[in-house]
Amino acid sequence: MREITYAESVREAMSQVMRADEDVFILGEDIGIYGGAFGVTNGMLDEFGPERVRTTPISEAAITGCAIGAAMTGMRPILELQFSDFITIATDQIVNQAAKLRYMYGGKASVPVVIRTPAGSGAGLAAQHSQSLEAWMAHIPGLKVIQPSTPSDAKGLLKAAIEDNNPVMFYEHKLLYGMKGDVAEDSYTIPIGVADVKKEGTDLTVVATSIMVHKTLEAAEELGKENIHIEVIDPRTLVPLDEETIIKSVLKTRRALVVTEAVKRGGYGAEIASMIGESEAFDFLDAPVSRLGGVDTPMPYNPTLEKMAVPQVGDIVQKVREMLNRA
Amino acid sequence: MTGKKTKGSQDITPEKKVEMLEQMIVIRHFEQKVEQMFMQGKIHGTMHLCTGQEATAVGAIGALEAKDKITSTHRGHGHCIAKGSDIGRMLAELLAKETGYCKGKGGSMHIADLDLGNLGANGIVAGGHPLATGAALTSKMKKLGYVVICFFGDGASNEGSFHESLNLAAVWDLPVIFFCENNEYAMSGPIKEMINIEHISQRASSYGMPGVTINGSDVLEVYEATKEAAERARSGQGPTLIEAKTYRFKGHSRADARKYRTREEEKEWITKKDPIALFKKSLIDEGVLSEEKAQAIEDQVQSFVEKAQGFAENSPEPSPESLQEDVYA
Repeated sequence: MREITYAESVREAMSQVMRADEDVFILGEDIGIYGGAFGVTNGMLDEFGPERVRTTPISEAAITGCAIGAAMTGMRPILELQFSDFITIATDQIVNQAAKLRYMYGGKASVPVVIRTPAGSGAGLAAQHSQSLEAWMAHIPGLKVIQPSTPSDAKGLLKAAIEDNNPVMFYEHKLLYGMKGDVAEDSYTIPIGVADVKKEGTDLTVVATSIMVHKTLEAAEELGKENIHIEVIDPRTLVPLDEETIIKSVLKTRRALVVTEAVKRGGYGAEIASMIGESEAFDFLDAPVSRLGGVDTPMPYNPTLEKMAVPQVGDIVQKVREMLNRA
Repeated sequence: MTGKKTKGSQDITPEKKVEMLEQMIVIRHFEQKVEQMFMQGKIHGTMHLCTGQEATAVGAIGALEAKDKITSTHRGHGHCIAKGSDIGRMLAELLAKETGYCKGKGGSMHIADLDLGNLGANGIVAGGHPLATGAALTSKMKKLGYVVICFFGDGASNEGSFHESLNLAAVWDLPVIFFCENNEYAMSGPIKEMINIEHISQRASSYGMPGVTINGSDVLEVYEATKEAAERARSGQGPTLIEAKTYRFKGHSRADARKYRTREEEKEWITKKDPIALFKKSLIDEGVLSEEKAQAIEDQVQSFVEKAQGFAENSPEPSPESLQEDVYA
């Protein structure tokens, strides 16, 4: 096993599938010679040429719908949407078209498209380039939603997404692109809808998504020194959600905290928390299911304020102590 | 910018002309039946009739090959029929029956028949432009040789996805025809108040593609213009914007008092520019059709539509279990 970055692993997944399947191609803004805004497609133009690595005009509605129309007619496009904030411009095509075509057409259409898009704060890009809007898409029947947190998960889940016959939203985190991890060299898939226990523990379950998985693992280190052992679960896919793994863990630890970067109000953390509350684990809970999430504000530019806007390691440590009456 | 007059459409055989007239009559009778059943309370929801616009659907699709594809609009019954859809299954869909094109889960605004190359009607104005562009990209990348017609109304030409898609299709030379059925009103909005140019087709020049305005009540003119655009598209020369001037004889949808236009204006179109009356007369004048044959077609279509109604009304409702079927592949 060798170590590669999250960005490299996303690229490797795409390249391996594109070598094996002529119907797979990528389109997006600046993905050719520029290599994409975050360098994810670096070098792909040289290998696959401009027909299969298609640099598009800045037209999010048209390029998203174009990918969907191509998917309906036999291709398997991967669309790189330069920032996940730009989903606002492509929303009709994702929500009203991709998600619904199969159902409204009586099961005749299939739309095997993957929309890859970088989300999240921490890069100093302020309010219009730093959001975590995954709850919007998770709300729409017909879409699958994936949020990988490690290089290895990104590679396996992206391959699964490309092979899936449904529209898949694939949220990458821009701060994770440079993160290194062990990634197998061969082409492999990780099934969509299977959570991963990133760390086993006994005292409290933390369900964390995307970059919050890493912050929670850091918090776990600190808490370990206090003899508090948390279990860290990464759902990896929001839709479908692996409820079983989460409930099983909560039945063991009897306490659950959900941590997301997205604004807490109306976020997907609320969905996970209420799912736990409605499950058989409710009767075994020793504390209310709790949430940490972004504050109710657009993302500020100032780096100190930006950090304050989303949960940090210290916030997670503090919250866990409170939930265990150890504050 | 206005289209050249049709040169007699020499390449269309008399049989094809009669077939096109017949299709137009099927559309007219189908829409009459839908309206009647709606008034009787047999159809719920809503419907958008294309009565008066039969020549655009039949002329444009008549110029296509069987492998070619279309995307349609909320006013799409005519497109479906011209592309060869079964009117029994269409009516069944309007009645929300299990045998309908969408198993009763789509309704009038979402009829699709992928096997026939009908990629579907769309309830979102200009929702089909990006999809048609994508279907054309597949044709190009897989060298399938098919052409896509993207039907839309005048109102759609003010949507962002119209402009984005025309540009994208033009820069990639995609085999797509953007076919505007300009019926003068975007719901209640007169197009003259909604755009500051004379012809929607002028917008083509912004994207480096040919644009043409044609008489949408003349089925042969529509046929000729589409044929030319399809040939361009098929030979790799990219998209064309066609604007066909037409008129919907009925309101926008159910319960439209049509306060935004006058009865005189309607009468003018209905008595002078009815595409079916005009085409029938020209075929009779040409000697291609007799009065008797024309009447026989009307009668035949009448019973064809009655039969479709019988099929639709006798079809089963979808099962409760089907509620959650077909959300995911």
